[in-house]
Amino acid sequence: MLKKRIIPIQLLKDGRLVKGKQFSHYRDVGDPITSSAVYNSQLADELIFLNTNSELGIIPLLDIIDEVSKVVFMPLSFGGGIRSFQDAAQLIEHGADKVILNSICYENPEIIQEISNTFGNQAVIVCIDVRSVDGEYQLYSHNGSRYQACSLQQHISRCAAFGAGEIMLQSIDLDGSMLGFDSQLAIDASQFSNMPIILAGGSGNYEHLKQAFLTAPISAIACGSLFNFSDSNPMRANAFLKNHGIALKLNK
Amino acid sequence: MIGIVNYGMGNIRSVANAVYEQGFDPLLINNADDFSQATHVILPGVGHFKKAMANLEQLSLLTPLKQAVLTDKKPLLGICLGMQLLLSHSEEGDCAGLDLIAGDVRLFRDPKFRVPHVGWNNLNGVVKHPVLRGIPAMADFYFVHSYYASTASQHTLAQCEYDRNFSAIVGVNNIIGMQFHPEKSQKNGLLLIENFCNWDGLC
Repeated sequence: MLKKRIIPIQLLKDGRLVKGKQFSHYRDVGDPITSSAVYNSQLADELIFLNTNSELGIIPLLDIIDEVSKVVFMPLSFGGGIRSFQDAAQLIEHGADKVILNSICYENPEIIQEISNTFGNQAVIVCIDVRSVDGEYQLYSHNGSRYQACSLQQHISRCAAFGAGEIMLQSIDLDGSMLGFDSQLAIDASQFSNMPIILAGGSGNYEHLKQAFLTAPISAIACGSLFNFSDSNPMRANAFLKNHGIALKLNK
Repeated sequence: MIGIVNYGMGNIRSVANAVYEQGFDPLLINNADDFSQATHVILPGVGHFKKAMANLEQLSLLTPLKQAVLTDKKPLLGICLGMQLLLSHSEEGDCAGLDLIAGDVRLFRDPKFRVPHVGWNNLNGVVKHPVLRGIPAMADFYFVHSYYASTASQHTLAQCEYDRNFSAIVGVNNIIGMQFHPEKSQKNGLLLIENFCNWDGLC
């Protein structure tokens, strides 16, 4: 049976790990390599790295990827600042299993096809940052700073047509709030494609993870604050959710 | 040394890291001559089946790979796309494979299941095999693929269940292939890599 996944998100800024609220007000939360080694010991299901210095392209990701892939033996996804096929190819050659695309998908969705034709659609995660305004979903690119006029349905359909493999939904409103996930966003998005969905934004405790898995048809949850700011870790989350009947990886 | 075929198909760094982590020396195989130094051969790979076969051909690796495996009897491990390449044919690009193991590669089509099949999943029907020694029952491994392998039961060493039961581990003689990524599957995955690196190729 395919298991649900819990994926720590590691945000990178100026060579350090950070965590913020609503994509700003970043606080330092540690060193990316040390933290990755800890997540490896805690048997996290997968790791996501997002570079917030996207003005530097993928350089901040290349700075850590070799070291990370030496200490971590689980799937690694890297995003933030990928502008071209070459960027993606470089990351994959250095140890990324998947690349995460966001802003570029609004300007040049053909890049999804280019990457998936060579590396397969499973190598492409499209990240979609969403604000909820009066019950309407508004899409934002460039780390939450630029409004995009297309609808969630249009965007997901287009990314699916170009060959994306997974969708990662981030609620900007709930990011860093530790108030729980926007399950409705995932329920709505799940109807627009057959791609597996990763839901992010709002993790505060294990109960939030349970609620999201029980209410929305999601494959994975990505967490920042939960593991950055509390005494929680992926191994305890795994045990808690299993005790509530949710299928997670056997940690043996 | 453990040879890793470098043919431009994805994340070979991780495979080399996993081999090294288990105490063996990885060697990237870039051309025909490199095979001579390898005691074992790993064929990794993510991406498009047809492009992978074309790359092996263009880099003149196809014939020496077959020779290393069939004539020199070096143990071969195919991982993910590298496992699918061992088979006769794939729907992906309607392309012939290495045909080292009889079988076909097909697309997951059941609309009730999300594609790709991505995440941790357990094996079932695991047969006794030197490379699979010591793996706990119900251990999970990391899968990520949209196409699956279909092989006859005598070549299927383990299955995995998604929209159907498909071949998760295939093997014949000194050849073994894994649909999941052992190099990404933590402790139990690394054990498979270690077992393979210690394998004499006999069943």
